[in-house]
Amino acid sequence: MTEATLPAELAIETRNLSKRFGHRAAVDDVHLAVPRGSVFGFLGPNGSGKTTTIRLLLGLAGATTGSIRVLGGDVPGQLSAVLPRVGALVEGPAFYPFLSGAANLRRLDSADPHAPAKSRAARIDEALERVGLTHAADKKVRAYSLGMKQRLGIAHALMRPRELLVLDEPTNGLDPQGTREVRSLVRSLAAGGTTVFVSSHLLAEVEQMCTHVGVMSTGRLVAQGTLRELRADGTATIRLQTPDIETAIRVLAGLGLQSELSTTGPGSDGLNLVSTGPSSLQLAPETVVAALVAGGVRVRGFGVENASLEERFVSLTGEGFDVAG
Amino acid sequence: MLPAEANPPVTIPRLTAPRPTSPWALLASELAVLFGRLRTWALLLALAAIPLLIAAAVKLSSHPVAPGRGPPFLDRITQNGLFVGVTAMVVSVPLFLPLTIGVVAGDTIAGEANLGTLRYLLAAPAGRVRLLLVKYAAAAAFCLAATLTVAAAGALAGVVLFPIGPATLLSGDTIDVGESVVRLLLIAAYVTVSLLGLSAVGLAISTFTDVPVGAMAATIVLSVASQVMDNLPQLDWLHPWLFSHYWLNFADLLRQPISWADFGNNAILQAGYILAGGAVAFGKFTGKDVLS
Repeated sequence: MTEATLPAELAIETRNLSKRFGHRAAVDDVHLAVPRGSVFGFLGPNGSGKTTTIRLLLGLAGATTGSIRVLGGDVPGQLSAVLPRVGALVEGPAFYPFLSGAANLRRLDSADPHAPAKSRAARIDEALERVGLTHAADKKVRAYSLGMKQRLGIAHALMRPRELLVLDEPTNGLDPQGTREVRSLVRSLAAGGTTVFVSSHLLAEVEQMCTHVGVMSTGRLVAQGTLRELRADGTATIRLQTPDIETAIRVLAGLGLQSELSTTGPGSDGLNLVSTGPSSLQLAPETVVAALVAGGVRVRGFGVENASLEERFVSLTGEGFDVAG
Repeated sequence: MLPAEANPPVTIPRLTAPRPTSPWALLASELAVLFGRLRTWALLLALAAIPLLIAAAVKLSSHPVAPGRGPPFLDRITQNGLFVGVTAMVVSVPLFLPLTIGVVAGDTIAGEANLGTLRYLLAAPAGRVRLLLVKYAAAAAFCLAATLTVAAAGALAGVVLFPIGPATLLSGDTIDVGESVVRLLLIAAYVTVSLLGLSAVGLAISTFTDVPVGAMAATIVLSVASQVMDNLPQLDWLHPWLFSHYWLNFADLLRQPISWADFGNNAILQAGYILAGGAVAFGKFTGKDVLS
């Protein structure tokens, strides 16, 4: 899928990546390819393996099989060279409740031996300012709301200039205003050249800020590409109203479409048929109608629909998509 | 599937880790967090209360303490207040000090895992081996702080409540006040060394769980079990290998001349436990999936 792309052009690349916990495969043969400079939406229902994949990317957990390259370096082999260039928010924010927001940032920043100590105080102020937490800098994190913790987590990821940001559900717990801020933050970071890998179970969020999308379902990466490609990659649906059902099914099958009788549909003077096929067939409506008429089908009603991105995701990941919202 | 158009040309980054600019920041931060924490101060305050209780009890008691009754050195307190510190050390070593060490050492890794901060420290990247070393160094610093607290609170209580003067050693020699302070500090050093092995055991246990209370309890239970086994004559072959075997053998530091034999034996034994505990912690932690 990405053989033509040079590794250096990918911020994240995994091959045959799998992680098993006992018999259960949390991540199953995933080939991720995240181009540099992209905002990559990592989409999937809860429990589909997104966070486990992120843990593998950051070297927090070891892969059962497969290889990972992040920013051109092997993970976990070259973690110490890779991680200082990566900012991360993994499975929600986590802080010392008995320390203030600023003290928490100081603590986590000093864990990185490459973080310059001299500029630490200034960087903390700047990061807090960027997420709007300046007023709560000296408040104990114990007293923070979930949204404030989430902001602090993002502030931590932004403490230093990064080439790659990995944000796991960054808008979790944020109000609509906070969600909008995160979105514009991600856009401005991406504009500055940072690759952003953002996981979400919310399609709308991904659609609004991402250039690329990968879709996870039960541990497998079921689709990956630019937003446009993924939209085009959907299913074309043809709705046909005709009394000549059997002939129509035969003609449509000849075009590569599968048909079934529909119980719903407009009108009562004919039968409704729903035919589906991959949009890659690129069937123009007029072509289909011409074929039907040439085959002797009396067309009383006709329409072509391309699936919305949402329908596409539901079809990829199964219904129950947003169960645990 | 991914189009080339989205990829502006990029330079290949260098893959050697940049030189650390502040390699000691994590240790400084760890010490600041440990000793800035209310819990740590509560533990130290509880330890300080032990010599205060002993001193108050001796002072308020109308009967002079008969030699050989109560904890060792109790009868000497009325002659020289500095012995409050020594007596308090004898009282604290079997349970109170291991209790506090168990809390701190058991919390090292499991506490971070429980808060979820472990994943952020490792993603920073703190480095797993470096994190273990820093955590152990901080636990060792706490051992020193704990024993110094007992010694200092004891000395302070002694100075306030009892006369300070030349003290009679176990060998019958008499030493002046300055020398007594040195001996008290030597005992604190001995007890600190004694607790280093237990700290390493606690660190190792802490890498196995995300529940700090479990690691704390296990560490404390082990310290008690070790002392119980040390008292079973049937297990005498095992005694020299128990980390608590030399815990109370600091009386030799109160003779003239000082006998350093047990100090050395104890140091070697504790070093062995540090190596063993460190190896277990290293083996477990470096390959561990951090899923908390």
